[in-house]
Amino acid sequence: MNLLRNLPSGLKAAMAALCLVALAPSAKAAEPPIKIGFSMALSGGLAANGKAALLAMQMWADGVNAKGGLLHRKVELKYYDDKSSPSEVPGIYTKLLDVDKVDLIVSPYGTNLIAPAMTVAVRRKYTMMSLFGVGVNDKFRYDRYFQIMPLGVHSADAIPEGFFEAAKTLTPKPQSIAIVGADAEFGKATSDSARKMATKMGLKIVYDRAYPPATIDFAPVVRAIQAAKPDLIFVASYPTDSVGLIRSINETGLKASLVGGGAVGPQFASIKTQLGPMLNNLLGYETYVPSDKMKFPGIEDFINQYQAKAAGQGVDPLGYYVPPFVYAAMQIVGQAVEKTGSLDQGAIAKTIHANTFGTVVGSIKFAANGEWDKPRMLMVQYRGIKGNGLDQFRDPSHYVILSPKAFKSGDAQTPYPSK
Amino acid sequence: MQFDLLVNAIIAGLMLGAFYAAVTAGISISFGMLDIVNIAHPGFIILGSYIAYIVNVHFGVDPIVIAIVALPAFYALGSVIYEIYYRSFEKHGQDSLRGLAFFFGLLFVTEVALNMVFGVDYRSVDVPYIGGSLSIGAMEFPVRMLVPALVSIVMFAGLQLYLARTFIGRAVMAVSQDPQALQLMAVDPIRIKRIAFSISLATASMAGAFLIIIQPVIPSSGREYIGRVFAICVLGGLGSLPGTLIAALLIGVIESITSTFYGPSWAPAVSFGLLLLTLAVRPSGLLGR
Repeated sequence: MNLLRNLPSGLKAAMAALCLVALAPSAKAAEPPIKIGFSMALSGGLAANGKAALLAMQMWADGVNAKGGLLHRKVELKYYDDKSSPSEVPGIYTKLLDVDKVDLIVSPYGTNLIAPAMTVAVRRKYTMMSLFGVGVNDKFRYDRYFQIMPLGVHSADAIPEGFFEAAKTLTPKPQSIAIVGADAEFGKATSDSARKMATKMGLKIVYDRAYPPATIDFAPVVRAIQAAKPDLIFVASYPTDSVGLIRSINETGLKASLVGGGAVGPQFASIKTQLGPMLNNLLGYETYVPSDKMKFPGIEDFINQYQAKAAGQGVDPLGYYVPPFVYAAMQIVGQAVEKTGSLDQGAIAKTIHANTFGTVVGSIKFAANGEWDKPRMLMVQYRGIKGNGLDQFRDPSHYVILSPKAFKSGDAQTPYPSK
Repeated sequence: MQFDLLVNAIIAGLMLGAFYAAVTAGISISFGMLDIVNIAHPGFIILGSYIAYIVNVHFGVDPIVIAIVALPAFYALGSVIYEIYYRSFEKHGQDSLRGLAFFFGLLFVTEVALNMVFGVDYRSVDVPYIGGSLSIGAMEFPVRMLVPALVSIVMFAGLQLYLARTFIGRAVMAVSQDPQALQLMAVDPIRIKRIAFSISLATASMAGAFLIIIQPVIPSSGREYIGRVFAICVLGGLGSLPGTLIAALLIGVIESITSTFYGPSWAPAVSFGLLLLTLAVRPSGLLGR
C-alpha cells in the first residue's frame, strides 16, 4: 500500500483509467444472457428432425456468442423435449415464459407442434419464429408469426405446385391422377391442395384416399392404385410410409408417368440411402440441394460444419433439409434483435416485417402472413442413383431441379419406376 | 381384375397377419397366460430391430439369423425383468396398477436408451430380398413380407409344440390356469412364470428383426403397436397361441381387403369393429376358454 501512496498522482490516474477500461467488458459480460426458449422434438416420431434442428440452433448460438452475443449479451438456449407430442407444448411454453423468464421464443419443429405453441405466443403477444409449419397462421392470422420453410404466402400449395408444373410439361399430356396421403395434418393439407390443382388442370382423379398412421403394408393401397391406371400418382406421406409406398410400388410393378411430390422422407440421408436406386425418377420436394445454383453466402461453410458435428450423433448426416433453414431462422432472430436494439416483442416483429435478411439460405423477406413473400420450394427428380452409398447424395448431378424456374436444371423424365 | 385384386389382397393380408402374430406372440404369453401387462413389449421389439440393424450394418448378416442368435440374450433379459417385477410387485400383491406403471417406465427407458445409443435417425437393414417380389400366376409375394411371414409361422408352430408337448410347456399352460394346483404338483410356479416371461421376451427379438426388414425404425416406433397387439391378443382369446395366430391373420386379411376395395382409412375401423363384435358375441375371444 505504501508503494501505491508514493506513486506520482498522474501515474495513479492512468492506472485507475486502465482498471476501468479493463473492467468495462467484464461488466458487460456480467449482464444476464438473452434467453431464447423453445420446445423441441428430441424423442418420439419427429425427433429425427428435432435433433438436427437443435444442432443447427446450437451452432448459431455458439457462433453468436463467439462474436460477443446479441446487444453485447451472451445468448442462452433454454429448451425442453416435447416428445413430439402436441399436448406437451402449451405447458412447456408457459413454463419458459413464467418460470425460466425467457426473452425470446422460437417454435417447436413441425406443424402439429407449432399450432399449440401459437396459442401461448398469441395470448402473451410474443413474436414467434416458426420452424417448418404448413399453414399454421391461416387460422390465427397473428402479425408476430414468421415461418422459415420456403413455402410462400399460400403455404399448402407450394409442394404440390412443383409436381403439377412438371406434369404440365409432359408429352403426351397426362389424363388421370391418383392422390394418396397420410390421414394427418400435413398429408391432408397437401392432398387437398393437390386435388384442387388436379381439377384445375383437367385431370381425372381415379384414386383419392388417405391412409391411417401406423400403416405397415402398402401393397393393398398400391394395387388399388394400379387397378385405377393413373398417369400420375401424387403422394403426401410421412417418412416410414414413404419408404413403404415406394417399396410397394417397385414390388408390384406399378408404373406411372410421374410419382411422388409430397413424400416426406426422401429429404433425409437415411431414407435416401435406404431407397437407393428406387429413388430414380421419383419426384420429391427439397428445401436445399447442393446445386451450383444454390451457392448462397455461408451455406457451404454451414453444411461442412454441420456434417462434422452430426457425425456420430445419430442425426441426419447430410443435413440439407432442416438444419440450414433452422440456422437461417436463428440468423433472422439475431439480426432483428440487433436492428431493433431491444427485446421489445412488437418492435422485433415490425423489424422482421420491414426488412430483408441475408441468411445461409439466401435473402429472405416475409409477407404479411409471416410466410416467405415468394415460395422457393424445390421440386426435384432424383436421377442416376446407384447402390445405397451416402456420398453420391452430395453430388448435384443426382438432383434435377424441375422448379422453380430460377433454379431449374432440367426437365421431368418418365416413367416411375425408371426400370 | 377384381378377382386378382381380391386374391392379392388376401395374400397381402395373410403375410401382414403373420407379422402381427409375431409381434403379438410375446403379449399373448405374458398378458394372456401370466396376467402380466407387459406394455413395454413393443419397446423390446424395437430393441430387437436395433440389434439386427447394428449387426447387419457391420457384418452384413441377415436380421433373422441375428435374431435367432440373440434369442438367449433376450431370454436372459426376460428372466431379469421378471425377477425384478416379481420381487417388487407380484410378491406383494401389487402387480396390477404398480406393475403397469413399471412396464410403462420400462417402455420409456428402452426408448430413451435407444435414443442415446443410436440417435434418432431412421434405421434399416440391407438384405438382398428387400424390394424383390415372387410371382405365381396372378399372385404376387413381396419377399420382404413373405420371409418374415414364413418364419413367423414356423416360430408359432415351434412355440405351440413346446407349450403342448413338453413338461415345462404344459406347466406354463397350467400356471396360467391355477398356480396353486401347480404348486401341489411340486412345481415352482414362480420358476415357471419366469421361464414363460423369458420366452415371451425372446419372441421380441424375432419380431424386431421382422419389423426392420419390412420398414425403417426409430426408437419411438414401438408406441404404434401397443393398441394393435393387445387388441389381437384379446380377439384371439387370452392364453391361446393358436387363437392369437388366427386373430392376427384375420385382422391382417380384413385390413388388407378393406384397404384395397374401400380405402385404407377404413381398415382400422373395420378391424376394431370386428373386435367389438366378437367380444359381444364371445367375450372370451375366438379361442379363449
